[in-house]
Amino acid sequence: MQKLYTNIIQIVGDVITVEAENVGNTEMAQVITRRGTSLAQVIRLDGKKVFLQVFAGSRGISTGDKVKFLGHPMRVATGASLLGRIFNGSGLPLDNGPALYDNLVKIGGPPVNPVKRIIPNKMIRTGIPMIDVFNSLVESQKLPVFSIAGEPYNELLASIATQAEVDIIILGGMGLKYDDYLFFRDTLEEHGALSHSIVFMHTAADPVVECLLVPDISLAVAENYALEGKRVLVLLTDMSNFCDALKEIAITMQQIPSNRGYPGDLYSQLAARYEKAVDFDTAGSITILAATTMPGDDVTHPIPDNTGYITEGQFYLKNGVIEPFGSLSRLKQQVNAKTRDDHRTIMDTMIQLFADYRETQEKQAMGFQMSSWDMKLLKYGKLFEDNMMSLRVNVPLEKALDRGWDILHDCFSPEETGIKKSMTDKYWPDNNENKTYSG
Amino acid sequence: MTAPRKGRVTKISGNMVTVRFDSPVMQNEVAYILHGAERLKSEIIRVRNNLAEMQVYEATSCLKIGEEVEFTGELLSVELGPGMLGQIFDGLQNPLPEVARQCGFFLKRGVYIKALSDTEVWDFTPLVKTGDTVRAGDKIGFVQEKIFRHYCMVPFSLRGSFEVVSVENDGRFTIRQAVAQIKDPNGRMYPVFLSQHWPVKIPIRSYAEKLKPDKPLVTRMRLIDSLFPVARGGTYCIPGPFGAGKTVLQQLTSRHAEVDVVVIAACGERAGEVVETIKTFPTLTDPRTNHPLSDRTVIICNTSSMPVAARESSVYTAVTIAEYYRQMGLHVLLLADSTSRWAQAMREMSGRLEEIPGEEAFPAYLESRIASFYERAGVVRLHDGSTGSVTIGGAVSPAGGNFEEPVTQATLKVVGAFHGLSRSRSDARRYPAIDPLISWSKYKSFIDEKQKERGHGILRKGFDIVQMMKVVGEEGTSLSDYVDYLKAEFFDFVYLQQNAFDTVDEATPKERQIYVFDFIYRILESEFIFENKDAALHFFQLLRQLFKGWNSSPWQSEEFEKTEKEIRVHLLERLKKG
Ligand SMILES: Nc1ncnc2c1ncn2[C@@H]1O[C@H](COP(=O)(O)OP(=O)(O)OP(=O)(O)O)[C@@H](O)[C@H]1O
Ligand SMILES: [Mg+2]
Repeated sequence: MQKLYTNIIQIVGDVITVEAENVGNTEMAQVITRRGTSLAQVIRLDGKKVFLQVFAGSRGISTGDKVKFLGHPMRVATGASLLGRIFNGSGLPLDNGPALYDNLVKIGGPPVNPVKRIIPNKMIRTGIPMIDVFNSLVESQKLPVFSIAGEPYNELLASIATQAEVDIIILGGMGLKYDDYLFFRDTLEEHGALSHSIVFMHTAADPVVECLLVPDISLAVAENYALEGKRVLVLLTDMSNFCDALKEIAITMQQIPSNRGYPGDLYSQLAARYEKAVDFDTAGSITILAATTMPGDDVTHPIPDNTGYITEGQFYLKNGVIEPFGSLSRLKQQVNAKTRDDHRTIMDTMIQLFADYRETQEKQAMGFQMSSWDMKLLKYGKLFEDNMMSLRVNVPLEKALDRGWDILHDCFSPEETGIKKSMTDKYWPDNNENKTYSG
Repeated sequence: MTAPRKGRVTKISGNMVTVRFDSPVMQNEVAYILHGAERLKSEIIRVRNNLAEMQVYEATSCLKIGEEVEFTGELLSVELGPGMLGQIFDGLQNPLPEVARQCGFFLKRGVYIKALSDTEVWDFTPLVKTGDTVRAGDKIGFVQEKIFRHYCMVPFSLRGSFEVVSVENDGRFTIRQAVAQIKDPNGRMYPVFLSQHWPVKIPIRSYAEKLKPDKPLVTRMRLIDSLFPVARGGTYCIPGPFGAGKTVLQQLTSRHAEVDVVVIAACGERAGEVVETIKTFPTLTDPRTNHPLSDRTVIICNTSSMPVAARESSVYTAVTIAEYYRQMGLHVLLLADSTSRWAQAMREMSGRLEEIPGEEAFPAYLESRIASFYERAGVVRLHDGSTGSVTIGGAVSPAGGNFEEPVTQATLKVVGAFHGLSRSRSDARRYPAIDPLISWSKYKSFIDEKQKERGHGILRKGFDIVQMMKVVGEEGTSLSDYVDYLKAEFFDFVYLQQNAFDTVDEATPKERQIYVFDFIYRILESEFIFENKDAALHFFQLLRQLFKGWNSSPWQSEEFEKTEKEIRVHLLERLKKG
């Protein structure tokens, strides 16, 4: 029989302090109030004083309420029975299904031994040329989408998830709007992906502390599948809400903030989650795509800044398109040499020309004279934006490469592209009849 | 034997644990928290009354108040001996491949494995004889470790002079067998083994004198060696925003630098990057030795999701191993990526100790810690007259990419060279993205001083002209200014930029740098005749194209000479006569 403790001596923010003995650090507890029972987790021990972070928040907790310690850290059920289900940040069902207790595993488990990782080498095809051609996504990559609120980052994540050839999709929603959740659900359902998806959802109306658990719980489940050889894609949206929740708790615990109110360990906290992305030697993999909204479109804000230092590149979503500049897949070189022999050529050439186009645009805006070369670039830029960059475009990589050649052919002579002759001999289109786009 | 001194846990906050003790304890002493069958390594970092505050090198979940703590009386130490080359250690010197064999996919807390094998046997050859006088650091004999003579040395911790009482003949020994016995003037005997222990936070000082670093350390990166050189035994830093190319630059340096041993400290960065090094180095041949690169490399790997306290110690573990190989008269390069993560580890601990914070919540002692870390670099003359060196290059990851932050600023005060990466250069894919307008070096380049100055000068001039052109347009720029701008761009594209994916261009030896720099110097000094800007642009575009081909043709190959001729012909067409 577990002992009940009733001497709550302090309530600050969502952290309560109770006097108890024989309690383990990070152990789980139940706080039993008139309004129901909430889970809580030990975050500090000082003599008899036990500091508990209450998942449902401290509102309505009275000093006379009861606390029961569960004797184990936070755990989550894993395995096949979770598929198609929806849970909250504490792992309790949000659909009408039963609560699950199968194969419980601890969340926030130990890091993978680096020598048991392999060099990532499998491309994930998304059908989005700005990704497949220019910044290929690689299995086991950890990659955020940087954008400002209002950009279609959730649409982008959903679109990648439904096209990617993965075994399991796990969606971790933090501060997600209910509409957005419905959007994800409907999209997954439309593509028949719901049956191999699992959702852990924290909405903006839920207690802050539950938001903190979403990445850990999602990744613990993902890790379990990956160890069974499954390729798992984890979508985390929006990690900025996770960071803000960290900030709130840190301030409650009177930690000294390091930068704009964020705690000094923000980097380590984020890294502990993102580094769960892995390609296991002789088992499956975890790929993490995360939405990170940037306050004020400022990439030097502590959230995107710390994220960028951890992840393997970023997609920069701006004005509804993936910006070629500012976006980077650091793992692309692991895969884009073995797709088609013109992949790197198209990637480099089109981006260089697009950079030239942007310069010409600037010159045009300043009122400088346009040369015939400038006119060619302006035509090229428009075709590129409409037929490559637009997120409405959805074509397989090979078709996107063909389209690249067609656009170049429409605007330039082979020499003007700077592509080496052996390559243009092989790929330069000879007529316009089978144009791969309607430009 | 006396019973171990013990204490009990009174407070747990993250990875900081407070312990009550009643027998004396020592600052920075290692202690173990006994949690069931687990023993969790910790280090005392502050003592107040009868309470010791310790940083725990492991996750602290499930620990309880009242659990027992055992003090060891030892400072955090590493074992130094043959078998470290090619190895991958964590920040506490646990060999990760062996950890994987015992624990599988995940790291397991409380598992500590001896850094060096107890059973591996080494062929020992003595260098001293009975009756010789020796002191700390003197070479007793050697074993062959990979490509080096690995010297077995009198323990660095011994003070004074000793007489060799006995020494083994040629034979096979493990690191646990004594190969010699020495005695001090009072007749006390000390055994000498193939390995020894050393506390990581204390520099090894068994040498005659520290010398001025005045010989260049050739990295084979043109921008570095020619314009912002690094000296053997010197220090340098690479600050830059995320994605600017710090890690790629260090990886290139770790492959091509002309040194004997490279120690890589992957400190709080991505595991994936270390995996690349771990998996590729055994397959890459070092052209200087014809052995795999891994044979000259030691990796200390404490990546971002591994325990933070061990991250703090990982840079010390790395520099201690570097100093050890220096004691053998070798030239060692230590690359730390990233020192900011080490500084952040200090910040986290300082926060838990509730110390008064300095700027951006870093502790007040940040500067002195950074200074004393870089101070461990240097060229030394050993007692036997040979020299060895430790060169330290640290990546810095400034918050927001802004160099006006405490870690960058504290580092800039103590290093001898600054390779600042800029976002604008990396966005423009001008790699390596070292910004020549902000970087500096206090060391001497092997490029002629006058020529080097000309190089800096044209870059500054080019920058000014670009600024001006933004206002007045190309139309408003004079032809001679425009040509200077083209010269600066040319110098940047064909010399400063280096293609990491081209097998020839990725590394340029010293002789070639001197030769090509001289060639370019003459181009920069030359006057050309152009009828208009288009002609000038066209001329330099073609020149650039030819040079790119030259850069990727092997040094002194037929192709190299052929391209050089083509370049000369091209130049003659526009060269002003006389
Ligand atoms: N010399 C180079 N040649 C070609 N590409 C490069 C070079 N340097 C960097 N890059 C590109 O930039 C990417 C990021 O480089 P790198 O990982 O070295 O950045 P970093 O400064 O270490 O960033 P972080 O601080 O986030 O670790 C690489 O994955 C690569 O695509
Ligand atoms: Mg890096």
